[in-house]
Amino acid sequence: MKILYFAWVRQKVGLAEEDVAPPDSVGDVAGLVAWLAGRSPGHAAAFADPRQVRAAVNQDFATPDQKVAAGDEVAFFPPVTGG
Amino acid sequence: MPTIRVQEAPFDLGAESAALTAGRTDIGGLASFVGLCRADDGLAALVLEHYPGMTERALKKIADEAWARWPLTGCTVIHRVGRLVPGEPIVLVLTASAHRAAALEACAFLIDWLKTSAPFWKREEFAGGESRWVEAKATDDAAAARWAKPA
Repeated sequence: MKILYFAWVRQKVGLAEEDVAPPDSVGDVAGLVAWLAGRSPGHAAAFADPRQVRAAVNQDFATPDQKVAAGDEVAFFPPVTGG
Repeated sequence: MPTIRVQEAPFDLGAESAALTAGRTDIGGLASFVGLCRADDGLAALVLEHYPGMTERALKKIADEAWARWPLTGCTVIHRVGRLVPGEPIVLVLTASAHRAAALEACAFLIDWLKTSAPFWKREEFAGGESRWVEAKATDDAAAARWAKPA
């Protein structure tokens, strides 16, 4: 599973992207957030308040209950501020 | 078909308008919106980050929605990324239709929606060297929500 980070989420994690293989018990975005938060102090800081972080699965905006599986591209980022 | 571009280079409103209307005799109204980098609180630059691939996809989805809702005959959306200094243009929305109402409404819809539905992030850099990420505004969510279709 490919994970991408953007904006301050990227800065806190300290990575722009990483390949991960979460356990089978991780089945949705919320579960993935909880699992990623345990990977390093930077991850923990980025996901300290999950309500501040938005997600996309395979380049579509996703809710916490969206399913994720091996091979997916999952991105985490703050609320968008373009325009 | 809407034209979508995400680019570092500046754009020219006149040139884009001319390109959209060239050879056309069915366009009665062309609406435009240009968002500019504003020098708030001693801002030295805005740095715009995006999600390559998803950003283009999200902009296309928003433009396709406008195309479906209003009788448009032309639509161009250009959003810049990278480092922009005050006074520089950030975003361009052009909408063309036979009549003004559709062009004006679709233009307002597009800029309201792309602010909340396209993956861009702005970081502000100040003269003293400090920088901070721009936070999303509830007023932007409200502006986008007014275009929600009745259930």
